[in-house]
Amino acid sequence: MSKRSKKNHAKTRDQVFKYFAILCTGFGLLALGILLVDIISKGIGRINWSFFSSLPSRHFNESGIYTALIGTASLLFFTIIIALPIGIGSGIYLQEYGARNRFARFVEINIANLAGVPSVIYGILGLQFFVRMAGLGSSILAGALTLALLIMPIVIVATREALKAVPNSLRDASLGMGATKWQTTRRVVLPAAWGGILTGIILSISRAIGETAPLIVVGALVYVPFVPEGPLDQYTTLPIQIFNWTSRPQQGFMNNAAAGIIVLLAFTFLLNGIAIYLRNRWYNKIKL
Amino acid sequence: MRIQNKSLHRKEKAIEWLLSGSSLVSVLTTLGIIIVLAVDSFQFFTEVSIIDFFTDKEWTPLFENKHFGILPLLSGTLLITFIACAVAIPLGITIAVYLSEYASKKFTAIVKPVLEVLASIPTVIYGFFALQYVTPLLQKLIPGLAGFNALSPGIVMGIMIMPYITSLSEDALRSVPNSLREASYGMGANRFQTAFKVMVPAASSGIIVSVILAISRALGETMIVAIAAGQEPKLTFNPLESVETITTYIIQVSMGDVPQDSLEYRTIFAAGLVLFLFTFILNNISYWVIRKYRQQYE
Repeated sequence: MSKRSKKNHAKTRDQVFKYFAILCTGFGLLALGILLVDIISKGIGRINWSFFSSLPSRHFNESGIYTALIGTASLLFFTIIIALPIGIGSGIYLQEYGARNRFARFVEINIANLAGVPSVIYGILGLQFFVRMAGLGSSILAGALTLALLIMPIVIVATREALKAVPNSLRDASLGMGATKWQTTRRVVLPAAWGGILTGIILSISRAIGETAPLIVVGALVYVPFVPEGPLDQYTTLPIQIFNWTSRPQQGFMNNAAAGIIVLLAFTFLLNGIAIYLRNRWYNKIKL
Repeated sequence: MRIQNKSLHRKEKAIEWLLSGSSLVSVLTTLGIIIVLAVDSFQFFTEVSIIDFFTDKEWTPLFENKHFGILPLLSGTLLITFIACAVAIPLGITIAVYLSEYASKKFTAIVKPVLEVLASIPTVIYGFFALQYVTPLLQKLIPGLAGFNALSPGIVMGIMIMPYITSLSEDALRSVPNSLREASYGMGANRFQTAFKVMVPAASSGIIVSVILAISRALGETMIVAIAAGQEPKLTFNPLESVETITTYIIQVSMGDVPQDSLEYRTIFAAGLVLFLFTFILNNISYWVIRKYRQQYE
């Protein structure tokens, strides 16, 4: 093979890969586009006020997501109340206090592992500890405790990343002025890191809002014709309502599922959008 | 002054204890998972022989004639994971190499976050998409394909985990020192040679970690399979048949009315333990690779 044809050969491979890669990228984007178009076209016809205000029903055109929305909202409320203080506290400890001790390293390995545990396994943990041993039954509180453990690694990692981004000069200045460790952390470091922590919190909520499998395991009901009134009541959530509708044979319920998905996607995208906006704003500020 | 200092010191210590206590929660979670799975699995294995569990070719705990062979659930789990990886790994790495070595910075800055949207979509939505769009499409291409099959949820799961691979691999490629790239171009190599002979090998540990994480995600994924694969435990590697995975079996039992503390109820703990061990081993491998990789670059 002459030198020239070898060079041509290399050039061809370069071009072939380039177009193949463009095709792959296009496929990924197309998949997202088709998914959105398919769901919107199936579900948009069902979106009207009564869809939001109706209870589930055996007739698909009378069914709504009212109980599911209330269930999701109360579940998230308790999940956040439980997960945030513990998650943020743990992040502060690992980043600001225990940076180099053995316990902190052990916890770090633990969190890396927990982040990779399938969500359905958290469901089994919640079923045994919260539903049965703690006697909470299939209540909102049992579901919230389970979800709180599930999103805890996200909150911890986000808190640590945000604290890590705070320049050390701020800490040194505060400590140099005679402030204690906690005073420095609370009045100087945390306010500077808050934007980053908030981003992580919102992302963890967006994760929690779409979780389905662990909630089914801890006994969230698939058919709830009533509105929960307290943390010990039974409940359903939006993703579980969607799952219930997809398991029915009639196309009418499928369209209900698509309409529910539009609502769920709107929440998910909204939360992610807010998170990206906050992250950019905070990142620009902390860099200055 | 001194008294004030003392109480301040006490407050500082108390806060440190409180914070370390909250860190303990994640340790207790891991411990809790292991204990819950181990205790009920142990009771399960007092009634079912562990040899039958790994060799019996049938899984029918909910039927009259009970068999407790995990193989059908394992084959279903591995089959779906394999299909997902066959879609996600080539696509994910190709796109990552393209975005980091070929595409303009502006193009990457737009396309990467858009692809990451795919990873943020709740999985129950992918289940609907597999059942309502991908399966009918495949049925047109493959006549006689059953309404519930392993192929459709496998492909859709591949689309879901692809952005993990793209995103993390692109990060890994980007963190390779630019001097390596320049040296390669300086020696007369073209883009393709630079990308695959220099950059990909240099970023290999990061790429491997992204693939392991994606596999671990696929193994534990539940809702796509629960909706679109048919929940039929079968020992098969035929992607056109309906299958059941470990995760969907757990969902199936949770939705039924299996009496608590029965042998049937304990099957979900034994199955869950097998799943947990798989992902636990994969996660530790990736953690180990990450640590080694960090040391290389520091």
